[in-house]
Amino acid sequence: MSENDAIQVILEKCVGCTLCVKACPFGAITMKDKKAVIDLAKCNLCGSCADKCKFTAIVIKKTQLKKIFDFSAYKDVWVFAEQKKGVIQSISFELLGKGRELADKLGVDLAAVLLGENMEDTAKELISRGADKVYLVDSPKLKAYQDDPYTNILTELISKYKPEIVLCGASTIGRSLISRVAVKLNAGLTADCTGLDIDPEEKILLQTRPAFGGNIMATIISPNSRPQMSTVRHKVMKEAEPDLKRKGEIIKIKLDDDLYISRTKLIDVIEDIEETVNLAEADIIVSGGRGLGTKENFAIIRELAMALNGAVGASRSAVDANWIPYSHQVGQTGKTVCPKVYIACGISGQIQHLIGMKSSDIIVAINKDPDAPIFSVATYGIVGDLFKIVPLLTKHFKNIL
Amino acid sequence: MRIVVLIKQVPDTTDVKIDPVTNTLKREGVVSIINPFDMYAIEEALRVKEKMGEGEVVVITMGPPQAEVALREAISMGCDRAILLSDRKFAGSDTWATSYTLSRAIEKLGDCSIVFCGKQASDGDTAQVGPGISTHLNIPQVTYVKKIEKIDKNSAVVERMTEEGYDVVETPIPALFTVVKEINEPRLPSLKGKMKAKKAEIVVWKAEDLGCEPDKIGLDGSPTRVVKIFTPPPRGGGRVLSGEPEDVAKELAELLKKDIVG
Repeated sequence: MSENDAIQVILEKCVGCTLCVKACPFGAITMKDKKAVIDLAKCNLCGSCADKCKFTAIVIKKTQLKKIFDFSAYKDVWVFAEQKKGVIQSISFELLGKGRELADKLGVDLAAVLLGENMEDTAKELISRGADKVYLVDSPKLKAYQDDPYTNILTELISKYKPEIVLCGASTIGRSLISRVAVKLNAGLTADCTGLDIDPEEKILLQTRPAFGGNIMATIISPNSRPQMSTVRHKVMKEAEPDLKRKGEIIKIKLDDDLYISRTKLIDVIEDIEETVNLAEADIIVSGGRGLGTKENFAIIRELAMALNGAVGASRSAVDANWIPYSHQVGQTGKTVCPKVYIACGISGQIQHLIGMKSSDIIVAINKDPDAPIFSVATYGIVGDLFKIVPLLTKHFKNIL
Repeated sequence: MRIVVLIKQVPDTTDVKIDPVTNTLKREGVVSIINPFDMYAIEEALRVKEKMGEGEVVVITMGPPQAEVALREAISMGCDRAILLSDRKFAGSDTWATSYTLSRAIEKLGDCSIVFCGKQASDGDTAQVGPGISTHLNIPQVTYVKKIEKIDKNSAVVERMTEEGYDVVETPIPALFTVVKEINEPRLPSLKGKMKAKKAEIVVWKAEDLGCEPDKIGLDGSPTRVVKIFTPPPRGGGRVLSGEPEDVAKELAELLKKDIVG
């Protein structure tokens, strides 16, 4: 460490108590000659150590002079309303549910931003789901998502109307769009938040998200920039219920032609998911793994999924064996899902798979190996032969549903 | 044609363990690997170069001096040269500052046709750095690329994975692509590649070399701030159902009935 580093141990104050070693979530602190030594390669300056130190021996310095920021011009909570083929995606209703709660805590309006073609009726739907205002930019050029025009227009609207918080779905579109907008606005952006709340004193947004595959949780703020921006994954927040009596304002906006220009050109949109349900949005997922043994055996997984009106998922080994396309893969190199019920059949539960599904509300594991790691996260575990149990489950569900 | 691949060294998550005493992440002895998604980015960069029959692939990472290992691995796969962005001033960078720093390096390198990134890193999982870089560089981007259908010096047609299937997108070049696993099967390093990697000179660029504005890098350049880190509560203890398959299946169906019907 040198005195120019952002984190310092003041050796005279350090008594070697090791509280900081225990506090560090990254294992970045060791003791050398009874003094704390911080490995900067591992440290991410989270400040846990400085908080725990009773001797103020750890100092994190911000070289920049603390500016006095005036954010009084920034008001309202915004939700980016994602539409595909003119249909609002369920993630947007989930964000409106959370956005309403945040706006009420702050005593401000909740607004939705909607870009598309012929979307006026759809805009009303957003009001019924809790928006006080809808900023609507309607143009044939915005019919389908494209990075450039959507980025330009959303950036322009935020600069003009100055919301204090902007929420966006952590979908393919959302992640591509909002990262660009945040860079243009020099704003802080936190990905995949599982918790959003308002600090009662500071009135700032507290964003909680998992890190390291969910092994730790981090709460993040954006103290010195506005708006405060977050993305949220599907199914994490509760959808706002429609109330057709709600009143709100639709603000139609026309902007400079330049902003609608796209450097890329969308040539075609292809839908190729074997089953009709989109994994990210599914309430129920039935997944198969190596235990299925063959491609043909996936049929029993599909039958159960169909009986439950759910989607079909798969472990990496099933995908690698070419039993099912990659678009069904759940886990670290596939999709992260958060359904109400996740049924894992013949999946041992490698950490990479668990990362992708362990925040599901209910997890059912069916596996013949009682020591399979999947059982460690299972709400209900069945040790047994999936070829017997899965078809029986299909039968019983057909009876009761 | 100059192609840039941006990679990140990450802990191999199979090894991540929680210390039962301190309840924190044990990183001692954890093996570092190239972010799995970046392997596909490296492979695709090499394939494009091979297809074009000319040019070079430059691999860049930002990280501590140890990240050199990841760069050497990329060279062993076939990348032509490597640059390490390493400076204590970069410590504490969030995705804003990281994408700024990486974009400065790409500008310094100059004349880059395509920038490849993995769709996201396995440790942070944000997927924000790729789009951030394309914005800083003011070049078009296509994220979640699963196939390059056509590419020449001036444009490319690629398939972009979506929740429902994929979009076919045409983009002018220069452009930035973030890639998904489906795009290819990364090659193994050749013996010749390994020899080359051993001897390769890894160029190190510091903040000064990049002409970075001091208030845009590291902690000062990061609009987000971590204020608390904690271990999530463990999942409640599960219940094991046992008995004859017929009975177990019936019991489970009853247990799940209310959750499934809604």
